[in-house]
Amino acid sequence: MARVDLKDVRKTYPNGAEAIRGVDMSIEDGEMIVFVGPSGCGKSTLLRMVAGLESVTGGDVEIDGRRINDVSPSERDVAMVFQNYALYPHMTVRGNMSYGLKNKGLPKSQIEAKVVEAAKMLRIDDYLDRQPQQLSGGQRQRVAMGRAIVREPKVFLFDEPLSNLDAKLRVQMRIEIKRLQRRMNVTSIYVTHDQTEAMTLADRLAVINEGRVEQMGAPMELYSNPATLFVASFIGAPAINLIPARFDGALQAGSMSLQGFSDLPTGVDLMLGIRPDVLTIREDGQFKMNVDLVEQHGGENLIYGSLDGVVDHEICLKSGQSVLPAIDDELTLGFDPATSFVFRTDTGERLK
Amino acid sequence: MKFDWHTVSTHIILILGAIFMTFPVWVAFMTSTHAPETILREGLQLLPGGHFFETYNEVLFVEGGVMKKVTAMQMTKNSLILGIGFAIGKVVISMLAAYAIVYFRFRLAAPLFWVIFMTLLLPLEVRIIPSYKVVADLGLLDTHTGLIIPLIASATGTFFFRQFFRSVPEELLEAARLDGAGAWRFFIDILVPLSKTMIAAILIIMFVVGWNQYLWPLIMTTKEENYTLVIGIKQIYQVIAEGGELPQFQKAFALTILATLPPVLVVLIFQNWFVKGLVESEK
Amino acid sequence: MKRVQFEHSAIPYMFIAPQIIIIAVFFLWPAAQAVYQSFLLEDAFGLSSQFVWFKNYFDTIGSTSWLQAAGFTIVFSTLVTILSLAIALLLAVKANEVIRGARTYKTLLMWAYAIAPPVAGLMGNLMFHPLIGDLYKFMNTIGFDFDHKLDPYDAGFVVVLISVWKQVSVNFIFFLSGLQGIPKSVNEAALMDEKSSFRRFWTITFPLLAPTTFFLMVINITYAFFETFGIIDTTTRGAPGGATTTLVFKVFQDGFRGADIGGSSAQSVVLMLMVLGLTVIQFRFIERKVHY
Repeated sequence: MARVDLKDVRKTYPNGAEAIRGVDMSIEDGEMIVFVGPSGCGKSTLLRMVAGLESVTGGDVEIDGRRINDVSPSERDVAMVFQNYALYPHMTVRGNMSYGLKNKGLPKSQIEAKVVEAAKMLRIDDYLDRQPQQLSGGQRQRVAMGRAIVREPKVFLFDEPLSNLDAKLRVQMRIEIKRLQRRMNVTSIYVTHDQTEAMTLADRLAVINEGRVEQMGAPMELYSNPATLFVASFIGAPAINLIPARFDGALQAGSMSLQGFSDLPTGVDLMLGIRPDVLTIREDGQFKMNVDLVEQHGGENLIYGSLDGVVDHEICLKSGQSVLPAIDDELTLGFDPATSFVFRTDTGERLK
Repeated sequence: MKFDWHTVSTHIILILGAIFMTFPVWVAFMTSTHAPETILREGLQLLPGGHFFETYNEVLFVEGGVMKKVTAMQMTKNSLILGIGFAIGKVVISMLAAYAIVYFRFRLAAPLFWVIFMTLLLPLEVRIIPSYKVVADLGLLDTHTGLIIPLIASATGTFFFRQFFRSVPEELLEAARLDGAGAWRFFIDILVPLSKTMIAAILIIMFVVGWNQYLWPLIMTTKEENYTLVIGIKQIYQVIAEGGELPQFQKAFALTILATLPPVLVVLIFQNWFVKGLVESEK
Repeated sequence: MKRVQFEHSAIPYMFIAPQIIIIAVFFLWPAAQAVYQSFLLEDAFGLSSQFVWFKNYFDTIGSTSWLQAAGFTIVFSTLVTILSLAIALLLAVKANEVIRGARTYKTLLMWAYAIAPPVAGLMGNLMFHPLIGDLYKFMNTIGFDFDHKLDPYDAGFVVVLISVWKQVSVNFIFFLSGLQGIPKSVNEAALMDEKSSFRRFWTITFPLLAPTTFFLMVINITYAFFETFGIIDTTTRGAPGGATTTLVFKVFQDGFRGADIGGSSAQSVVLMLMVLGLTVIQFRFIERKVHY
């Protein structure tokens, strides 16, 4: 039960490289926050600063109002699940889970009770005497979580915990992590580069880019109301369609002239963003597309093609499974300007 | 079926190689089981003779059987002390040093690393006389300490463990720190158990290296009762070279076999660890 | 270097101290002594000494006996290195090819690693003993007027043979592990591109073994310089007439037997420089390997 506050947190390496350039955020008690961003954006560094594995070179990290910048990792009351699990390979599952408690000097009986309870919750109680190399990837993942749970931390930290699992297991574990977190109601920070994971797990998402929080909010809010070009392009799968354009009363994209836009600056490069799922096929649509690939995903089809009038521009449309155009078909597509976004290309700022 | 010349020639080359490598030791062993008269009359022997127990008993247990006073048993004991002491000392010292170098940030880390590195440039052979003087001045001649300690400080073991520690995933240290383990605890609880196989491999290699030491024990030990088998070899060679009525060739051969046996057994029994350790350590 | 490290003031020094102290006492101090003494001339009783600059260097290193030892060491090291590498490579390639008996062959070819050089020396010495040595008789039977006690070339032959024998197993182990480290797919691709197994070896396998070969060359030269001391000391002891005296053997001989401390120290310092050279070459190479 804890809240976490980051106050203008910075990380500058001795060689002058800035990994984190001033992050402010408040994480509420019991909330699950996901840090998402491309690799190298600083999301893991930020997490490790909360854990105490990286020093904080500017600003404050607080848990429940206590400044913990200089508190050692084991005394911060946090637990971490690592990407490669970091299980101690020579210890049994029981040994792995109890090591931290042992170091705290808890009595043996109490340790055992906690370990068994956590193992039951994670359904690994049959494997307590096995060694990590005798377990499957999913089981190892559970042990890593068990090791975190037994410590009853104020904050859970997850560092891309699912990236070593295969696709099916990843979905399954994702759901389990979410359930577990709901049930235990522990404040959690979860780092991932996978936007599906981010969208499905987060109470609130922080999109991180080049050491800054680009935007923070509920997943759907970021999806339907992105603050920047970066957020729009990072959130959503399949990715948003981005079409280079200019404004002169109407929006000019290639040979097309799109109506319904106003109050945009003239003479600067703009980017029109349309989500694949707001595009529809209709007779009176605004532009044409030549189909060159249809992916059938079962419940839905993704139709890819080149946009007529914009040279070499690939566009994607999401439609129902019954819509199945042939290759080289020409479709007329339409969208409601109100559901689209316009960004400045140079600054990434959202204009509409 | 076509006759496969390639496979046959491969086997012939390998068999010749195996004979080349094992034949001398075979001959030495067989000859050691014959009477000195037979050896002198007929030369080296390819088949076992009837004097195995007699010769080995005399060499191993009878005072004056092979040297003036010391028996091969005593020399074996000295060799074992050198081999085991060297191996353990080397592992302990180099693990501790490698741990400091890899896992700590401290001001003198770089210069001290270079000091350790320097030992590669200073093999015993190039500093032999002053080394002897140092040990003599410290009153350590003819002691186990004086024999073993100067040998264990060279860099090879430290480099090996440094390499191995670097390959240990960083997350283990991070996880251990979150679990409240300090420097000493991490070393004992995590790093040492993780290095088990590596430690075993190094122990084996270093036992062989220690057992086979020659130059250092040669100048270090002045009293016969401190001779190792490898040094004893040299003495018996002198006995034979000086000649007598009936040179005791069978004893010389028996002594070479005794000096060969323990390290060979260790290498054969722990072959896989040994090869792994040897190849890894040189990377 | 680890991303996360402990930061303590005293603890790392405690961990590293044992090794550093031993090195200081038994490596650095004696080495410094060797350098210092190489500039001194002691009188016959070791009672007084005099600083003579490079006189010891000029005296010993300019002497015919040192030049002879240097010449022998070069020829000896070259022969030992080339022969033991060639034999080991042939055996490793063949051992890597066979399926039946592979483990037995491997064991038989590598076990001699465990034999100490002086033990190998004594064994060889007895094999070539004029009274009982069948190899001695054999050499004479096939027409050589063989006498390694008198003939410098015969003596050289004996020393080289034993040194090669002792070193083959180490080289074999490394070559075999190098060969096994070549990915199977590379061999399969080569099998499709080149029919002749002989050419396949020289165009694909051998270049891929180059790092191992180079590394072993350094190891073998070091071996021939230093570790063969035990072999020489138990066979020819530098005889006849210093024909099989290596530089290391001469340091020992002059220093211990001849009690010429200054001259022996000067030779030691020259040897240190040679080791330094070898190490620099080795590290240059390792650096290059990193860039691959």
